[in-house]
Amino acid sequence: MVASTQAAAQLGSWLAPGYALFLCIHFLGVGSFAYIVMRRMVPLVRAQSDLRFDHPLERLGRVGKFWLGQWKHPRYKVAGTVHILFFAGFILLAMRAFTVLILGTSPDFVMPGMRGELGHVYEVVTDYAATVVFLCMIFAIVRRVVFKPARYEVPSKFGKAHKADAVFLLALIAILMLADSLFEAAKAAGQMQAGQIAHFSAAYSLPWLLKTVFVSASLSSIGQFCFAGYLLHEITFYFLLCYRPFGIQFHVETSLFNVYFSKLDREVLKPVRWDVSEENLDQLTSFGVKTFEDFTWKHMLDFYSCADCGRCSDNCPANAAGRPLSPRFLTIKARDYAFQHYPMFGPTGNGKALVGGIYSEDEIWSCTTCGACEEECPLLIEYIDKIVDLRRGLVDEGRVPQSLQKPLKALESRGNPYGKMEKKRSDWINAKDFQQTCRVKTLDKNGADTLYFVDSITSYDERMHSIGRATAKILDHIGENFGILGAAEKDSGHEVRRFGEELLFISLRDQNAEAIRASGVQKIVTADPHALNALKHDYKNVPPVEHISQVVARGVKAGKVKFNPIEGDKVYTYHDPCYLGRHNQIYDDPREVLDAIPGLRRVEMKRSRDRSFCCGGGGLMLFYEPKEEERIGVKRVRMAAEAGANVIVTACPFCMANIEDAIKVAGLEGKMTAIDIAELAEQQMVREIPPQTKSTFEMQAECVAGR
Amino acid sequence: MEILVCVKRVPDTSENEIQLNAAGSDIERDELVYSINEPDNYAVEEALQIVGRVGGKVTVVTVGNEDDEEVLRREMAMGANHGVLISDDTFAGSDGRGIAAILKRFVEQGSYDLILTGVQAEAGAAEVGGMLAAMLDYPFASLVSAIEVIDGKKLKISREIEGGNKEISEIDLPCVLSIQTGINDPRYVGMRGIRAVASVPIATYGVSDLGLDPNSVGAKAAKVQRIDYFVPTVGKGAEILEGSREENIDKVLELVAAKGGLK
Amino acid sequence: MPAIFTYIVHRGGVVDDSAAELLAAARQIDPAAPVTAIVSGAGSDLETACTTVCASYKEVWKISYDVLAYPNAELIRKALVKVLPPDSVFLIPHAHFGIDLAPGLSIKLNAAYVSDVVEIEGVESTFLKVVRQEFGGQVSAHMKCDISSGAVITIRPGAFKSTEAGAVAGAVIDKSAEVGPLTAGRRYLQTIMAESGDVDITKYPVLVSIGRGIQEKDNVPIAEELAEAMGAAVSCSRPVVDAKWLEKSRQVGSSGKTVKPKVYMACGISGSSQHLAGVKGNPFIIAINKNPKAPIFQVADVGIIDDILEFLPEMTSKVRELHGVAAK
Repeated sequence: MVASTQAAAQLGSWLAPGYALFLCIHFLGVGSFAYIVMRRMVPLVRAQSDLRFDHPLERLGRVGKFWLGQWKHPRYKVAGTVHILFFAGFILLAMRAFTVLILGTSPDFVMPGMRGELGHVYEVVTDYAATVVFLCMIFAIVRRVVFKPARYEVPSKFGKAHKADAVFLLALIAILMLADSLFEAAKAAGQMQAGQIAHFSAAYSLPWLLKTVFVSASLSSIGQFCFAGYLLHEITFYFLLCYRPFGIQFHVETSLFNVYFSKLDREVLKPVRWDVSEENLDQLTSFGVKTFEDFTWKHMLDFYSCADCGRCSDNCPANAAGRPLSPRFLTIKARDYAFQHYPMFGPTGNGKALVGGIYSEDEIWSCTTCGACEEECPLLIEYIDKIVDLRRGLVDEGRVPQSLQKPLKALESRGNPYGKMEKKRSDWINAKDFQQTCRVKTLDKNGADTLYFVDSITSYDERMHSIGRATAKILDHIGENFGILGAAEKDSGHEVRRFGEELLFISLRDQNAEAIRASGVQKIVTADPHALNALKHDYKNVPPVEHISQVVARGVKAGKVKFNPIEGDKVYTYHDPCYLGRHNQIYDDPREVLDAIPGLRRVEMKRSRDRSFCCGGGGLMLFYEPKEEERIGVKRVRMAAEAGANVIVTACPFCMANIEDAIKVAGLEGKMTAIDIAELAEQQMVREIPPQTKSTFEMQAECVAGR
Repeated sequence: MEILVCVKRVPDTSENEIQLNAAGSDIERDELVYSINEPDNYAVEEALQIVGRVGGKVTVVTVGNEDDEEVLRREMAMGANHGVLISDDTFAGSDGRGIAAILKRFVEQGSYDLILTGVQAEAGAAEVGGMLAAMLDYPFASLVSAIEVIDGKKLKISREIEGGNKEISEIDLPCVLSIQTGINDPRYVGMRGIRAVASVPIATYGVSDLGLDPNSVGAKAAKVQRIDYFVPTVGKGAEILEGSREENIDKVLELVAAKGGLK
Repeated sequence: MPAIFTYIVHRGGVVDDSAAELLAAARQIDPAAPVTAIVSGAGSDLETACTTVCASYKEVWKISYDVLAYPNAELIRKALVKVLPPDSVFLIPHAHFGIDLAPGLSIKLNAAYVSDVVEIEGVESTFLKVVRQEFGGQVSAHMKCDISSGAVITIRPGAFKSTEAGAVAGAVIDKSAEVGPLTAGRRYLQTIMAESGDVDITKYPVLVSIGRGIQEKDNVPIAEELAEAMGAAVSCSRPVVDAKWLEKSRQVGSSGKTVKPKVYMACGISGSSQHLAGVKGNPFIIAINKNPKAPIFQVADVGIIDDILEFLPEMTSKVRELHGVAAK
């Protein structure tokens, strides 16, 4: 691009015959692209509102990290590296491509600032960049065609394979690089033949290789190659530009915007409508997403931005278990719907129902809301909000699976999904042996600093009472002044909300929030990550909440909690519950607790921390009857066995229920056990011996009076 | 098609522990959760599906008092077009026959093609549907598990008989059918739906609206009355049988037969 | 004393056990009253049934009509209205036919109606005192029934044991002529037999429910044979379905079916709360389990510590013995 006037003249003479053609292609290309993009915007204009224009600086920072910095890509090493390489290549080549396009009609054009040394350096760099991109394309094509990574496969129920289209696009980019290199090589060869200064060329780059071939050809042939290269480049460039919005490559254009507009606070669940306050919900005629137009514009942008990489489905526990849900296809099907019903010409939209159309009911109910898909997606596509919105639509129409209707009705009438009586919610504190060692008070009659929010499963399921008691004993031991809400506590409503029954959730939330505020507590502790998540993110104006593992970890660090050495030679592994780990980023506290137990051998499963594999789901998910090939929990238990563990430590009662069940189904009873972190911590906790021996009576009285 | 579904509000057996009150005169009702009798809910869903296919309206009716309006509203939230409460002090203490007589007068004031009831309610009597049909001289079928509309005059129905077998019959309209659970998958009624019908008016009928002779209803007219409730003694925790295997088998069979479980 | 009539259920010439049970119930109402059996039907099946009934009832009324070859409650009701004398007491089993026939019959006869009776205490002036159950069997109720203008009573199958000792030489009286032409607004078309996959466990009063104690798929027939002999159905807990030893429709539990049987036999089931959450209505629970510490023993009414793989087959033999190994 360092053009002396002679070089420019030479180039101009070669390209002049195509001037009119080039100009036409420019107008056609740019015009078509503009029209196409405008048509693609049509459904977004009709969509629901989404509040994404706040905190511009923070959003720009995320663009820097996730878009420019390709932050999530290395999670898949091979594909990630290749993508980073050619993404970097594209960024570098952008200015060059722009310049090349202009050269066809203004042969002496040079980008401002590129006339001197900088221009030379840029040329060399972009020569290599084009080469790297070209090689990446070849590599990607070979990988697709020969090695066929499993996550790209399209199950027959989801339609034809995407491979042909993918290879086509990869090939086109390779051709683009080739065309560019051809053009540059011919231009440089021409300059060399004409005795002009040969600029410093990038040795062994694609343009360099082609140039060495051209150097021995006749000048007029070089000129023809130059013209051909230019034309090929222009056509390929504009073809790609206009073709991309018709497939997964649209992400090239939309990715920056998708990242910019991505959710800042991932844990805030989308309200029924961003533009309708809770008090006004009654005025809505319809809840949830029933037709395509019920999605927000950002959700539609998500559909456009999917690169079909399959990383989401690769990590989806429902998909792994053979349930009908595959997040990738949730997006691809919606995108295809948008393309089909918002075509380039002709009438748009048909308001047909999505569930029963492109989606099946089971597909929507299969999701455990574990968040693995969102954690993986390099484009930050959001899934949970969409699933919840689709469920809201189904609930609005009464299309709820029979097995979920009973627990929902029980939640409405009794405040717990088991239909058990409210007054029995705190019966677990009255177990005889437990009562003698630890009195738990209820906050209707007493005050306290801390609320232990027990939630429904720990209150009513006999197996989980042990987690409740262990938690109470730990709080007691560290001297926490705590109590429980007792019969006034209702289900946190965490899954009620995520299963689409927003109004019932609001009712449960308001009852709990009122009881919590009336109790006057300053903080909340829970052993149930679903309750934790609800209290932290779904509830407003309640005291801050922590998980028991955080409390114990803090106690360990402060030296207030010490552990006895573990007995036996079992191998322990920690299973990150989705709502403690991935959703709330609490990965280290439970591990610190385990590592503080002397003699405890701990191994990590391959899928741990933010890659943890869901146990199967909690709350209402325990009542759902999925169609699946193998239980999600069974897969998880096998992972633990593979890691060499024979004890799985969980930190969530739902994980406990699913994993203990799965151990039996997997046939590992006797070979594998599960224990909750509160149970383990309480079991190993060193208890101080009181200064004088007191009778149980006296200790009890002290307990009641002192707390 | 005009369909009338007779519904009842009952203590929900799956969400309550049924216990006797201190006096033994009734069950302890203080902390009970009430809901629509489950078979009635299936009947309403069936009615909604039928009018969904052939057009028409669904009316739900109950004999009771103000408290029972909540189940009418729930079924209207489900999709029923009208809710009717038949309420009068003189109805108190009616037996099944009395209830049927009341409903009969109501039916005669309208023109319903099809009348549905649930197969039985909490007392397990399974009587009102059959009685109502006989009073109206309409054909009747109980334990109906499938309905197909042949035309405006006839239905093809399936009844559940022993062993999971199905008895297929043709029945003329107007008729009365008692509906078995499992006939369909009732749609979910969410809080939103219930809120939407919270203030829809519910027509109320008393004894004079129906032109009933007060002596034909209520406790005085009842031929069958409950004297008291009681609970036969049952031990807590399993009684572990200590005999030989043969003895245990005999004992088990005896117990099963006593509980009405042996064919 | 009222005349007592019983309705005989028969199929293919074979008389149902309820015939003897109804006779036992009638004796509880009034040991001295004459009891007449009513048998309706057509053809040789009817004749065979009548002959069988004559062995236990002194008087048998036969109603023979071609159109009654299949028992259509609408038609039979019309026939009964013609032949039953006023103020009779009419007994019929509380099953699908009785439920179809009896309530309407009580209206046409202007008689009292009481259903699913489990105990009869006797007559006090014009009141018959009986015991019924309500709320899915969770409570019992004493009822009094004004029988001054007769009564139609449905009897819970199995609640009354036959007490008759010797055989009787009964006489058949043909009442067909009194009935007149029979038509009804309901016409029988056909019966569709259940496929083995069509078992709806929520409809069975007795369930033989198996858990992992059945150990392998090949042992499942042990439970199926017992269920068949007892007229029960096999249900199971979740692990059995997950192991694909039984289909999902058999599963009892919080994510399976909710059942309200009268008797629940928990065989090799540990008794997890998720499973027991599907067992409602306070049935009589019999638990059989090798493990004396199994939680099921806390909720069962009767427990047996034994190996189900040996207990169940022996129980099946015993049941078959009791039923006289009749062809099923």
